Amino acid sequence: MTMRQHFGLGCALLGAIGFTTAAGAAEQITFVSQGGAYQAAQTVAILDPSAKKLGITINQDSIPDAWPAIKTQVGSGKPIWDVVDTPTGNCLRGGEQGLMEKLDFSKIPNGAAMPEAYRSPYSVSYEFYSSVLSYSQKTFPKDAPNSWADFWDVKKFPGRRALRNHPFATLEAALMADGVAPDKLYPLDVDRAFKKLEEIKPSITVWWTSGAQSAQLLNDGEVDMEMAWNGRVSAVAKEGAKVAFTYNQGILQSTSLCILKGAPNLDAAVKFLNEAVDPVHQANLPLNIDYGPGNPKAFETSVIKPERAAQLPSEPANASKQALMSYAWWSSPAGEAAEKRWASFMQK
Amino acid sequence: MLALVSPALLVILLLIVLPVGWLAWQSIYHDGFTLENYRRVFTEDIYWRSFALTFEISLAVTIIALLLGYPVAYLANSLPKGWSILILSLVVLPFWTSVLVRAYAWLALLQRTGVINQFLRYLDVISEPLALVHNTFGTVVATVHILLPFMVLPLYATMQKIPGDLMLAGASLGASPSLTFVRVFLPLSLPGVLAGCTMVFVLCLGFYITPELLGGGRTVMVSMLVSRNVELYNQFGAASAVAVVLLASVLLIFFVVSRVISLDRILGQK
Repeated sequence: MTMRQHFGLGCALLGAIGFTTAAGAAEQITFVSQGGAYQAAQTVAILDPSAKKLGITINQDSIPDAWPAIKTQVGSGKPIWDVVDTPTGNCLRGGEQGLMEKLDFSKIPNGAAMPEAYRSPYSVSYEFYSSVLSYSQKTFPKDAPNSWADFWDVKKFPGRRALRNHPFATLEAALMADGVAPDKLYPLDVDRAFKKLEEIKPSITVWWTSGAQSAQLLNDGEVDMEMAWNGRVSAVAKEGAKVAFTYNQGILQSTSLCILKGAPNLDAAVKFLNEAVDPVHQANLPLNIDYGPGNPKAFETSVIKPERAAQLPSEPANASKQALMSYAWWSSPAGEAAEKRWASFMQK
Repeated sequence: MLALVSPALLVILLLIVLPVGWLAWQSIYHDGFTLENYRRVFTEDIYWRSFALTFEISLAVTIIALLLGYPVAYLANSLPKGWSILILSLVVLPFWTSVLVRAYAWLALLQRTGVINQFLRYLDVISEPLALVHNTFGTVVATVHILLPFMVLPLYATMQKIPGDLMLAGASLGASPSLTFVRVFLPLSLPGVLAGCTMVFVLCLGFYITPELLGGGRTVMVSMLVSRNVELYNQFGAASAVAVVLLASVLLIFFVVSRVISLDRILGQK
């Protein structure tokens, strides 16, 4: 576990103390996300308006990786948190392991109206981001790499490269580089993906582990092209670096909202869950940060201007160029086996 | 006396012994007694490779820190008081900066567009930037920097206790300065060498931030496997088994070293 996670756990404990002393007033829930600019944007777009509309208090907590804390809290039998915003895979495997409440969608009309691929029995999509191919415009002023096949083509596109040190999205990119269509990826052909990765491995300078690191690599010109999250690339570009990215063959990923099994404020949590994916609140999110709304109906409100919509990963035209990550596959035994295989691949 | 130390002991018991014990217990108990976590550590390649790499890096860091630290401690010991305080403050100064910040500082120095590469290119010494970071080299450099004080301080403390008269006695018997150093000073400073090396080696075994940030993803040290296993196996036991094996290796090293030198000398200078 990283230092930050220890810090997060500490915060969770402190939050618990604050929570017990504040109990007894109006209805309240404890909502957990990943902190930073991302949580601040949600507070403005979704959390404060929802609290006001429902007349509840939303206590916030944050942790970079909620999974170990979810395990510990539910394992102890007395969870402190109610609603968690976490990568969708955590909600799915949490549901399978009995760590999440099964959702009653009759009480969550906003969630029920979302496409099936955007929800599960335990979760609803909350926001979208994308693992995209990004590049330096200094190195590639024109004829920039535009597909994973280009990324793999070290002759036509010479330069230093970075990929994420994680199988998520990386295996998908390898298969697309090998000619698999974005909508025909799952179930992933893991052997084929690793074989393709072996091919590019000698040309990878850095396997990055954090979003901040990927931004630094691109910003400092340490690499000429890399896979990165769209929000990180646009943040670097905003600061003046000559970098760009394409949504073509991006891998669309999401975080979802789910409710911890035995959550202390279950009723209020369900009400909040429904409110949080309300199309208008959802449409306000991308006005505050470079992530796309989890509810596609947000694009039908007039809140998001067309120019802004065109920049977002989950905007329908952009989404159609991308692969939608299947968290169900990644939390299946085959997906877990692929995840375990990653470490051996990295060490060889 | 016991009344005075009991708060400290209580804190150690509550915050260190109990959680570590609980984690160790989880490594053998998950819905029943199991050795699965240890079977994995001892049979799968990746663990063996990570442990080997971790010990290699720790050894390299220890040797480099000793070669760099010994002359510093020697100088601080032989100069007048004012100078030695200055030298020791410079050694301790980096402690005031977080490890994370120092790791990033090394990134700024070592990377392709970093200070060192740009300077060498400006001098026309190199035409292509050198790969100084995102590999084991960068990891070792930054780790040595962070651990150097743990080498210098025990060395200095031991040297302080070597009576200066002994050098004079050696000289009066006709030995050259270098001979007195080799025959008198060096052997007397060996407990400090051993203490410093043990500290640096053991601390390095558990290093996380520098390999994570500067290793480029290829330098997978044991601490990183611990973190990975929490994510991968959905239970703490899989991770704590790795930590227990590392802890056992550390205790083994302490045991072997303590046969040579008393533990008091490593843990606190009496």
